[in-house]
Amino acid sequence: MLNIKNLEAKVENKHILNGLNLNIKPGEVHAIMGPNGSGKSTLANVLSGKNGYDTKGEIKFDRQNLSELSTEERAHKGIFLAFQYPLEIPGVNTNVFLRTSLNSVRKARGEKELDTLSFLKLVKEKSSELGIDEKFLSRQLNVGFSGGEKKKNEILQMKILQPKLAILDETDSGLDIDALRIVADGVNSYKNKDNAFLIITHYQRLLDYIKPDFIHVLSKGKIVKTGNAELGVELEKTGYANFI
Amino acid sequence: MRDKQIEDLKDYKYGFSTDIESFKAPKGLNEDVIRFISNIKKEPDWLLQWRLKAFERLKVLKEPDWQKPKYPKINYQDLYYYSAPKSASDKPKSLDEIDPKILETYKKLGIPLDEQKRLNGIAVDAVFDSVSVATTFKDELTKKGIIFCSISEAIQKHPDLVKKYLGSVIPLSDHYFATLNSAVFTDGSFVYIPPNTRCPMELSTYFRINASETGQFERTLIIADKGSYVSYLEGCTAPMRDENQLHAANVELVALDDAEIKYSTVQNWYPGDENGVGGIYNFVTKRGACRGKNSKISWTQVETGSAITWKYPSCILQGDNSVGEFYSIAITNNHQKADTGTKMIHLGKNTKSKIISKGISAGKADNMYRGLVEVKNKASNSRNYTQCDSLLMGNKCGAHTVPYIKNNNSTSTIEHEATTSKINEEQLYYCNQRGLDQEEAVSLIVNGFCKEVLQQLPMEFAVEAQKLVAISLEGSVG
Repeated sequence: MLNIKNLEAKVENKHILNGLNLNIKPGEVHAIMGPNGSGKSTLANVLSGKNGYDTKGEIKFDRQNLSELSTEERAHKGIFLAFQYPLEIPGVNTNVFLRTSLNSVRKARGEKELDTLSFLKLVKEKSSELGIDEKFLSRQLNVGFSGGEKKKNEILQMKILQPKLAILDETDSGLDIDALRIVADGVNSYKNKDNAFLIITHYQRLLDYIKPDFIHVLSKGKIVKTGNAELGVELEKTGYANFI
Repeated sequence: MRDKQIEDLKDYKYGFSTDIESFKAPKGLNEDVIRFISNIKKEPDWLLQWRLKAFERLKVLKEPDWQKPKYPKINYQDLYYYSAPKSASDKPKSLDEIDPKILETYKKLGIPLDEQKRLNGIAVDAVFDSVSVATTFKDELTKKGIIFCSISEAIQKHPDLVKKYLGSVIPLSDHYFATLNSAVFTDGSFVYIPPNTRCPMELSTYFRINASETGQFERTLIIADKGSYVSYLEGCTAPMRDENQLHAANVELVALDDAEIKYSTVQNWYPGDENGVGGIYNFVTKRGACRGKNSKISWTQVETGSAITWKYPSCILQGDNSVGEFYSIAITNNHQKADTGTKMIHLGKNTKSKIISKGISAGKADNMYRGLVEVKNKASNSRNYTQCDSLLMGNKCGAHTVPYIKNNNSTSTIEHEATTSKINEEQLYYCNQRGLDQEEAVSLIVNGFCKEVLQQLPMEFAVEAQKLVAISLEGSVG
């Protein structure tokens, strides 16, 4: 599904990714761990198509060259990024945002736009799965949301947009245990053999709930170690020092 | 569907002009032209004298020059002050008698002149160049005693009301453009709502400037008698021309005891091309008097068009407990300039005013909020709340806020809040990542920014206004 070859990225002449290779197949869950400044969020941004990065190397998503696609086209193809710091958009209802977003994606995929009633039914179903109060949906997008609410909202968007590849950028940071469990349940219930996850995290604790198939250690813009779920437990004990 | 709409609207959708023979007064501004206008409208002598007095006054007044947007000197002798479609010189009695080309024009504009479209529930008075061509729903309104007609007709049929209120809010010699209007105004709408009557539908006027080298000087007068309510909508368009056209309207509102007037404008005059050639000079005087106790006047404006917009819809809060509101969205793109805001003059006790202004500037445009809040010494326990937000798109545009605040009463309070922000790249990226393209993202964010004002518009207009907001800003973020 996703094939990254020799990816380099720099911002204002500062090299952040230095020849990164990664292959993700449908049905897999990959976790990326690594110390601060190792390039984890940059990887998420480059994959989703954020401006401002000078890149080299190759990223293919479903055999298509990602560098040819704009941010929104990548979203239409099924790449979703759960933001580390979801943005506030004052004056825009969460519901309106969700619907605009879903219909943009559906339109691009040649599907019919959802009418209000079907949309409300869908959003009600998905939000109740995540224990999100309906009132929350008529609030302005992320405005005045707590850290936990923002992250739950990201997972809700994921479940509504139904991406092929979901990238979670430190979705667990700032969550209490209950919220963490809800977020993890959200991911687990969405996971199937056709989609894949790339989970960026600092801590093992999220991986207690979402079992990864692979854990990669990122250091200085390169993957320096790849292992299975055991690797996370080991890292938790020993830190990154042995790998970087 | 949306793409199609955008495509239709991409360039200035209303930039067609209609080929109709028109009947014009000779070019130029002089006593003869004023007599010509008054004569052709068969006006009573008092009104002619009133016009001539305004003209005398005009000779000693100077054009104001304190505003931020500057413009080349207007040659007032080189304009037509009266232009009527020829077929209307015998005034049409019903829609059947109206030149089909004019009806076609309004159809292109999406104005439901045809009474078959009564489901829209909006009564429309349409002003084409200088004359009012049709007023729909007249019968239904007449049953309730509501008068809604062109001001020319009101001068003939309801001279007492016109004489009593005309110029009572905007005095004859107020300032240059208002006085010019008093001398040469040609048509406009007149509304009278009798006591304790709630107008059952939105009343609406559509203005369109068609003939070239024509100024449009319309005059609107709305009176809400005791305990009545009316909501009035105004929309404006003009064809594309490479000269600048002048629009200097006067709008007067009077609310008596316990009456409420809600006045909404969606102004989409031709803004000029992307190099700033052509476009309307929109120099308008709008003022409302809350004359009675517990009366209320609420202005809502969405200003997206015109080369220069220069207007301050104001409220004079005379009656005790009266309320004035001003909700404004002003969008300027390319070379457009806006200097707009309001005046809230608190005279009565316990008077309240609220100002919400949203200015959006893109391209090389300049957007200014200018407003006066004045509490006179007898206006005890009065309150004002003002919020001015500016949104900038790009690096070449400007936003300015100039509030004038005068409080002469120690029991009254005035609050002013202002913010200026740039459209946020991170917000756009967030929207893009969720599948919205650049235009959709800008539209969503800007509409969110304007929400408090859009909410004030009647439903039918709100949808149109939201689209207009998006269209006005197309291509403004690279």
